Amino acid sequence: MIRVQNLVKRFGDFEAVKDISFQVERGEIFAFLGPNGAGKTTTIKMLTTLLKPTSGSVEIDGLNPASAQNEVRKRFGIVFQDPSLDTELTAYENMEIHAVLYHVPRALRIERTERLMKLFELWDRRNDPAKTFSGGMKRRLEIARSMLHTPRIIFLDEPTLGLDPQSRNQLWTHVKHLNETERVTVFLTTHYMEEAERVAQRIAIIDHGGIIALGSSAELKQQTGTETLEEAFLKLTGSAIRDESASSADALRQMAKMWSPKR
Amino acid sequence: MSVIYILWLREVKRYFRSRAQIVASLGQPVLYLIAFGFGMGPIFQKAGYGSYRQFMAPGIIGMSVLFMSIFSGISLLFDRQFGFLKETLVAPVPRLQIMLGRTLGSATSAMVQGSLVFAVCLIAGFRPVNFATVPIAFCFMAMIAIMFTALGTAIGSLLTDMQGFQLIMNFLVMPIFFLSGALYPLKNLPRAFAFVTGLDPLSYGVDGLRTVLTGSSAFGLTTDAVVIGCITVLFISVGTYFFSKIQL
Repeated sequence: MIRVQNLVKRFGDFEAVKDISFQVERGEIFAFLGPNGAGKTTTIKMLTTLLKPTSGSVEIDGLNPASAQNEVRKRFGIVFQDPSLDTELTAYENMEIHAVLYHVPRALRIERTERLMKLFELWDRRNDPAKTFSGGMKRRLEIARSMLHTPRIIFLDEPTLGLDPQSRNQLWTHVKHLNETERVTVFLTTHYMEEAERVAQRIAIIDHGGIIALGSSAELKQQTGTETLEEAFLKLTGSAIRDESASSADALRQMAKMWSPKR
Repeated sequence: MSVIYILWLREVKRYFRSRAQIVASLGQPVLYLIAFGFGMGPIFQKAGYGSYRQFMAPGIIGMSVLFMSIFSGISLLFDRQFGFLKETLVAPVPRLQIMLGRTLGSATSAMVQGSLVFAVCLIAGFRPVNFATVPIAFCFMAMIAIMFTALGTAIGSLLTDMQGFQLIMNFLVMPIFFLSGALYPLKNLPRAFAFVTGLDPLSYGVDGLRTVLTGSSAFGLTTDAVVIGCITVLFISVGTYFFSKIQL
């Protein structure tokens, strides 16, 4: 379903992704596990047509994201690391816009919207503005939305960031359920070890732009001779702390918080 | 078509739901109408130009359309920072459609805002010379709205944070307003200054509105329409170009 060979992305002198290769099979749940700034989001951006690779090849369902952009876009759904809802609109309206953007026929749109919103336990709140939702509900809405056009793959970029354990637990239950019922391939990134272990069939540990280990959680533990995935992870990536610099988005969010009583 | 429509609808819905903002943005035009209308009125009258309120009302309408358009264009920046832009940009639709839907939606909101200010002007005692030509005034409002929304979109595509916002406000939006002849007649001006006001696209917009609503004209209706039309096409092209260059 996803085939990546010798993928490289450079920003000026900085090599964000260094020559990585991997494959994800149809129907698989595959996790990218790595510390902050390891290159997870950059890789996802290249897989989802948002960024052109410096070199190497990517195939999504047999297509190249760089050349067959729109065809590839129809085939995947994505939940970004940052929120991407229009919070002034209602949950239902957010679903509706997505369906129109992806050319989902009207009858199918109505049926699927209802089914997905019921599945994600959002149907009762469909006419409430998304800004009144909790973090977990917003995330669920984003995942429901990303499934609306029946994609073959969904990309989840740190979907549980900032959620409480209950919401995280519920979210993964839903994702597993979708994977089983719709046979959708799931590509996720996270830096919570226990999540990767619980949900994913195979895990790639990525650090400093390169894949340093790949296999099932049992294989990874065996490889490193450790008891838990966390130990395996720390053994592979070292225990130095990575600091990401604050982006302009963070600064703006802070400003918006200051000026608007709503947020 | 349906993509343009749904994005248009989104902008319009957002506008009508922000009631507090609608009321707040009526404050400024009302202040101008009262402060300048009453304050400058007597001098204007003495200089032999007639009623100042009558003169400035089209300028105030033009001003509110200008502000509203540029701001909703720049609100692209918020969509970018708060994420919704990504949702539209990974969808399998051409960026041109996204840009057009946004622009038309924002322009529609700006038109509605302009119409509200028009109503406020009527309440404040402004009287168009001929009600039959009022629809033409709305055409001019629409052109001003589209022109400046496209400009706002171009700016919004280039900015990545709010740092540049004050700069745009002080060195672009305010000059466009103050140099447009919204507040004073564009006749008998020093030559260099007249040249500058002639470069301001809003001058033609306000002049068009004023010609239709009050009958006094500086450039002539045809010139106004042609100039605005050309600049609108230019700004839409520039806006589309920069919008298509947005990297997430």
